[in-house]
Amino acid sequence: MTTTTAVPRSAPPGQHPARWRQRLRRADTRYTPYAMVSPFFLLFAVFGLFPLVYTAWVSTHDWSLLAGNEGYVGLGNYRELMADTDFWNAMLNTFTMFVIATVPQLVLAMVLAQLLNSRLRGATLWRMGILLPNVTSVAAVGIIFTMMFSRDFGLFNWLLGHVGVDPIAWQDHRWSSWLAISTMVDWRWTGYNALILLAALQSVPTEIYEAARIDGANAWRTFWSITVPMLRPTLIFVSVVATIGGTQLFTEPLLFNPGANSIGGGTTAQFQTAAMYLIQQAFTGQRFGYAATVAWVLFLFIAVFSAVNVLLLRRIRSAE
Amino acid sequence: MHSRSRWLVPATVLITTASLTAACGGGGSSPSSSGEKITLRVSTFGKFGYTDLYTQYMKDHPNITVVETAEGDLGKYNTQLIQRIAAGSGAGDVVAIEEGQVVNFLQSADKFVNLQKFGSNELKDDWLPWKYTNATTADGATTIGLGTDVGGLAMCYRTDLFEKAGLPTDRVEVGKLWPTWDDYIATGQKYQAGIKDPKAKFVDSATNTYNSILMQSGDHTYFDKSNALVIESNPAVKSAWDESLKMVDTGLSAKLKAFSPEWNAGFKNGSFATLACPAWMTGYIKDQAGEANSGKWDITTVPGGGGNWGGSWLGVPTQSKHQKEAVELAKFLTTGDSQLTAFKAAGNLPSNPKLYADAALKDAKNEYFNDAPVGELFVAGAANLKPVYLGAKNQPVRDAVENAMRSVEGGQRSASEGWSEAVKAATKAAK
Repeated sequence: MTTTTAVPRSAPPGQHPARWRQRLRRADTRYTPYAMVSPFFLLFAVFGLFPLVYTAWVSTHDWSLLAGNEGYVGLGNYRELMADTDFWNAMLNTFTMFVIATVPQLVLAMVLAQLLNSRLRGATLWRMGILLPNVTSVAAVGIIFTMMFSRDFGLFNWLLGHVGVDPIAWQDHRWSSWLAISTMVDWRWTGYNALILLAALQSVPTEIYEAARIDGANAWRTFWSITVPMLRPTLIFVSVVATIGGTQLFTEPLLFNPGANSIGGGTTAQFQTAAMYLIQQAFTGQRFGYAATVAWVLFLFIAVFSAVNVLLLRRIRSAE
Repeated sequence: MHSRSRWLVPATVLITTASLTAACGGGGSSPSSSGEKITLRVSTFGKFGYTDLYTQYMKDHPNITVVETAEGDLGKYNTQLIQRIAAGSGAGDVVAIEEGQVVNFLQSADKFVNLQKFGSNELKDDWLPWKYTNATTADGATTIGLGTDVGGLAMCYRTDLFEKAGLPTDRVEVGKLWPTWDDYIATGQKYQAGIKDPKAKFVDSATNTYNSILMQSGDHTYFDKSNALVIESNPAVKSAWDESLKMVDTGLSAKLKAFSPEWNAGFKNGSFATLACPAWMTGYIKDQAGEANSGKWDITTVPGGGGNWGGSWLGVPTQSKHQKEAVELAKFLTTGDSQLTAFKAAGNLPSNPKLYADAALKDAKNEYFNDAPVGELFVAGAANLKPVYLGAKNQPVRDAVENAMRSVEGGQRSASEGWSEAVKAATKAAK
């Protein structure tokens, strides 16, 4: 078997067909992998790279949505954006909502993962159940929660009414709107993160825990010295995904402001996120060039923020 | 497991690519013969009352299927329409263009079929003169929309709540209570004192009243005819602003945001007793308040007499693959007879002045609103309606000002802070 297949390969040099074949084979090993991975890069070029470059180009123009390109302005849009208080307000909202949504979310996910990792009756059922909120559509979540948070006929105000609290106009205040929106985000994503962390927890070899127990480490020490370092790559992944999701927060705050002018994010834009501001500029304000500028600045923020995130989490292991 | 997932990725990529190509390729064929089966998409918002007309049209044109996509909320609809017109695809074959958007779209009239090429000039007299010119470019060469309805303004009120508050319930008597907006507010205070129920306010919100007062001022609002922002120099804006906030100060407002679920629930639950209603709003109220409240609502004259708020046109985007057929359909939907049908179905006041003398419209009563003589109420002012000029950036400016007003209503800002915010935000939105 081996000798027969080896014959053409070991044919003496100088014979043309064999050399051709050899060259083809070499090209095959060298280029086929590229061809195999090319669909991703082609799709990325069309749906990722091109929009990115095109957006950068649009952002240097005064570009009205319907009337089209109205001339080159260089970095004018960027200068305007830097001084745009509404944009910074939106950035502040996005960032704060990200923090108050993500931190408890990851802590809770970690706790849930630990619980799910212990001996439970019907473990699969619990593990599947925890993912259920993530399967529901974000629009449904937004609509239902907004109804629960509504001022006159909402569930939360009804409950609060039983303990003598006056109805809260959840949309009207900064803190209450942030709290409501963060609740929606957490409800949907905590289970998802818990499952990913659970998968990572299960890959930690039990021998290490056994060794720790023999060494007399308590649960807290085991958690910080074994679990957290072993989960580091997963924690980084989960945080980066949460960062990107948090920066793109859009549907929940939009649906939280139903009726006229939803994109405004409340009467004083108290829960307007950067993504909402972008859409508002592009489609209500019809300033396409300016919206492109917002998009690019947002992109840079996400990149920098993710990098900082990774750097911070890298330090977790050396924390001790 | 491993070998399967190795094939899964390329397979998914292939399927995705294939379906993307298919999606782009689909619908590319353009029909040549008129007998070919085609589907026309009509995009509207709110209630246009066209269902019966579609049925009739499809019966008369067996090769045509008409599908309506109706977005409930005008703001959402406008955003999507602008997006699709700008993108060059996705808009319907026939699209509704609202009053506040027509100037905006006239700026890019090339994105719409010039209806004059399809003989719209010969139909000119079927609309109020300004209705036709408002959808025509300044040079008079391009018309992008055929008129559907016009605003007209009246006041809708809850007779049962009025009775409880010890106010008259007869529409003529009620109309006499408020010749001016100040009288309206005074009546509101009487109502609030009489009803003794903190949950049943006199009016839904400040913004709806504000828009009614503003649209009564005639001529122009935030922009003058050269499209310069005049929010500060046009006294009509500030006086409408002050007048509406008086209602908030005196505790008459239920502080409900228009077109929100709570506002909708308010119609059913009696959260407010009055609402300035353009003709098209009557259909909306009927839908929201439901059969259970039939006969509880009534309609009377609006303070300040008449006014224009709302009204639309039907246009055909050039991106439509069936422009000729779409124009035919738009013409059919805007004929006098069709406008009358739409009036009966949704209460939208026709823009065809020939109908104003027609008994079918003039003597029309609305059963839901306690048999209110809607024809008489709305037609009376319709012939004298003055067109209000709204600049291209009317929508963003209006959003900004309304938002500032809501922040005063919600107690986040004082009235003067709210006004300076309104001016500031409007200036920014007008850019």
